[in-house]
Amino acid sequence: MKAIINTKTVKTVTATLLLAASSSAFAAYPEKPITIIVPWAAGGGTDATARTIATALEEELGQTVNVVNRTGGSGVVGHSAMATARPDGYTLGLVTGELNMMHWQGLTNLTYEDYTPIGQINFDYPGIQVRADAPYESLEDLVAAIREEPKGTFQASGTGLGGVWHLAFAGFLMDQGMEADRVTWIPSQGAAPAMTELAAGGLEIVPSSVPEARSMIEAGRAKSLGVMGPERIESFPDVPTIQEAIGSDYLVGEWRGIAGPKGMDPEVVATLETALEAAYNSDTYQDFMSQQGFGTEWRNAEEFGQLMVEMDAVYGEIIENVGLGK
Amino acid sequence: MDTILLGLQLVFNVETLLVILAASVFGVFVGAVPGLTATMAVALLVPITFYMDPVPAIAAIVTTSAMAIFSGDIPATYLNIPGTPSSAAYVGDSHLLARSGRARETLGVNLVCSVFGGIFGTIILVFVSPSLAEVALQFSSFEYFWLALLGLSCSIFIAIGSRVKAFLSLMIGLLLSTVGLDMMSGAPRFTFGIPDLMAGINFIPVMIGMFALNELMLFYGSRGDGRAMPSLSKDSVFSQVPGHLKAYWPNMFRGGSIGTLIGALPGAGADIAAWISYAVGKGRSKQKEAYGTGHIEGIVDASSANNSGISGAWVPALVFGIPGDSITAIVIGVLYMKGMNPGPTIFMDGSGLIYALFVVFFLANLVMLPIGYAAIRSAKVFILTPRKVLMPIILCFCIVGAFSINNSITDVWIMLIIGAVASILARCDFPMAPAILGLVLGTTLENNFMSSMLKSNGDLLAFFSRPISAGLGALVILLWLSPLLTMAYKKFKHANSNKAQELS
Repeated sequence: MKAIINTKTVKTVTATLLLAASSSAFAAYPEKPITIIVPWAAGGGTDATARTIATALEEELGQTVNVVNRTGGSGVVGHSAMATARPDGYTLGLVTGELNMMHWQGLTNLTYEDYTPIGQINFDYPGIQVRADAPYESLEDLVAAIREEPKGTFQASGTGLGGVWHLAFAGFLMDQGMEADRVTWIPSQGAAPAMTELAAGGLEIVPSSVPEARSMIEAGRAKSLGVMGPERIESFPDVPTIQEAIGSDYLVGEWRGIAGPKGMDPEVVATLETALEAAYNSDTYQDFMSQQGFGTEWRNAEEFGQLMVEMDAVYGEIIENVGLGK
Repeated sequence: MDTILLGLQLVFNVETLLVILAASVFGVFVGAVPGLTATMAVALLVPITFYMDPVPAIAAIVTTSAMAIFSGDIPATYLNIPGTPSSAAYVGDSHLLARSGRARETLGVNLVCSVFGGIFGTIILVFVSPSLAEVALQFSSFEYFWLALLGLSCSIFIAIGSRVKAFLSLMIGLLLSTVGLDMMSGAPRFTFGIPDLMAGINFIPVMIGMFALNELMLFYGSRGDGRAMPSLSKDSVFSQVPGHLKAYWPNMFRGGSIGTLIGALPGAGADIAAWISYAVGKGRSKQKEAYGTGHIEGIVDASSANNSGISGAWVPALVFGIPGDSITAIVIGVLYMKGMNPGPTIFMDGSGLIYALFVVFFLANLVMLPIGYAAIRSAKVFILTPRKVLMPIILCFCIVGAFSINNSITDVWIMLIIGAVASILARCDFPMAPAILGLVLGTTLENNFMSSMLKSNGDLLAFFSRPISAGLGALVILLWLSPLLTMAYKKFKHANSNKAQELS
């Protein structure tokens, strides 16, 4: 008899505990540390952005937010890791503009449809950098020179083949009524080695975000002729926008945002969206970004999803024109 | 002067000094454990430095990397497993010395040369970094192509035993380096649909597999206790050092200079510096044949070079914000995060931060002496621990080390497969080191060749159209022809002496 009561008690207690556990799982979503996967290397600009937003998110959510780097393959490795994670809200990722480029080039089957957007936190517009002693005083001079000289005279670098700065620059050439491949693209592992090549005299143009060229500009080795953004960058007030320089409305660049795998619980997404917006507006994040000269732009989950769809078409067209489409 | 005092003040406070101490112990540990590497140690520090002030954060990274590069020699000496790739060039020498009971003497020389190299590199960093960075900026893809080729040729040149086998081993490394997304065409090669392979094969799991796993298999594959080691070496750490230093001080200066210069070139780090310095040392030594058979001179060459390479790598990083190696690539990110933007302004901002950084460099290298000494004394655990206990522990660390580079299980598989292949190759007397260098330099070689060709529209003569490039090219070709030339010279001499005999 006693034994039966005991079993009953045990059962009741277990059931109560289970209920309590499951309800608490629903009530307080972040009950364990969250991981943010970054598809680029530790120490780079994207990594720094991710770590700063992670620190700010930690304060909002009251849970540890770890940053894990999964690098390589032009971003394919990290983006795959995010998309294939369990959609429980504990593995998120910092998605970057490459998501809109990789699948057009046949590198992966992943598209924006494989992710749940949470919020966009940054948008960087490329600048156009040349050697400090180059004979071009303005963007107008450079564009005129590219137009006059035969195809292949000029060489540019800043990312791998079909990387963001390659496509942004090819799109710019198209916007100016030239062939997308009029300037030969020399693939490189990033903006830093390209800036070295520029200074060593190996090539003429580096279209990359202006902060990536900061140290060379400050060293008097390079100058930025213009930035393809809607307004001047706060920390580089002397660099005109291409609208001011040559009256072009062309706008394209690298976006970064937080997303999770497809099929996340809408409630979890809402919690994260609110926390992310607060983190985005925090002093920690805003101070860091303005100090670095990185652009800040906020889009909520819905608008961010919309942006991914729009940019996908834009890059699809550029990639087709450059001849990299598969 | 005020800024210098300000800088000193930033370093000589309890927090920074404690960080330096803690980081040096951490560095020694990571370097000495086979499977864990210096790059990994620095990557692990990034999230922690995020919460530190700028000076302690930088101090932690500087100290950890310098210590790890030195202590990578400890398992190389005792277990024939280099703790970091920078020790791979002379692992044969140090292990053979250890087997003849001279482990501590070897490590003592290693330690002193590492400290010397580190300080030598730091002095160059402090006084001539702007002009050295100027030299580094003269290097474009043409020069890097020749430099990579020079490094690869050195690995054959210094190989012990069959050069054909060393060459084949190098080819295996080059083959592995082609895996992944080709930077030039964007085409995936040998990826078999595995996304992780698109990133290519990281050399760290391969190195762990080739050296550590290979040793493990050798142990389990043989009866008894594997390779015989003297039960306990009683030799003193420092007593033989002055003698060796007196004999080989030119090697130290040469190693230090080569190391700093190669470290300062973006894209070439401490590991390549060690190889080239070892090869140059061998080429100029009076006892060429002794290299690779347990000769202390080569250790002096290479261990001065790898530590000065660590300091040298900071030259372009500070002056132009361009990473000199995989460690400074991480450091630049930390510098930016701390508001110390690399570039000429870092030398002029008046906050004393740059002087603090220089002082940290000196301190980190000096603290290496006592901590390194303690590490050498306690390294007898490698001998006292029965191998049956030691080997499984090493295997655990190998798996952790391989996984932690990219947080990827694929890297663990790569390590295991390479280990199995390497143990077969090692039994057929193939040297492992050229394969590692092939993997490390293969991508550099290919990408620089391809981008040079793109730039010059396929004109091969462009490799000789820039002065430095032409010089390096001539050096490589001379190195290749040197066996032929020596042979021809000997024949000529032989024929002459025969003629002389006939005449007389």
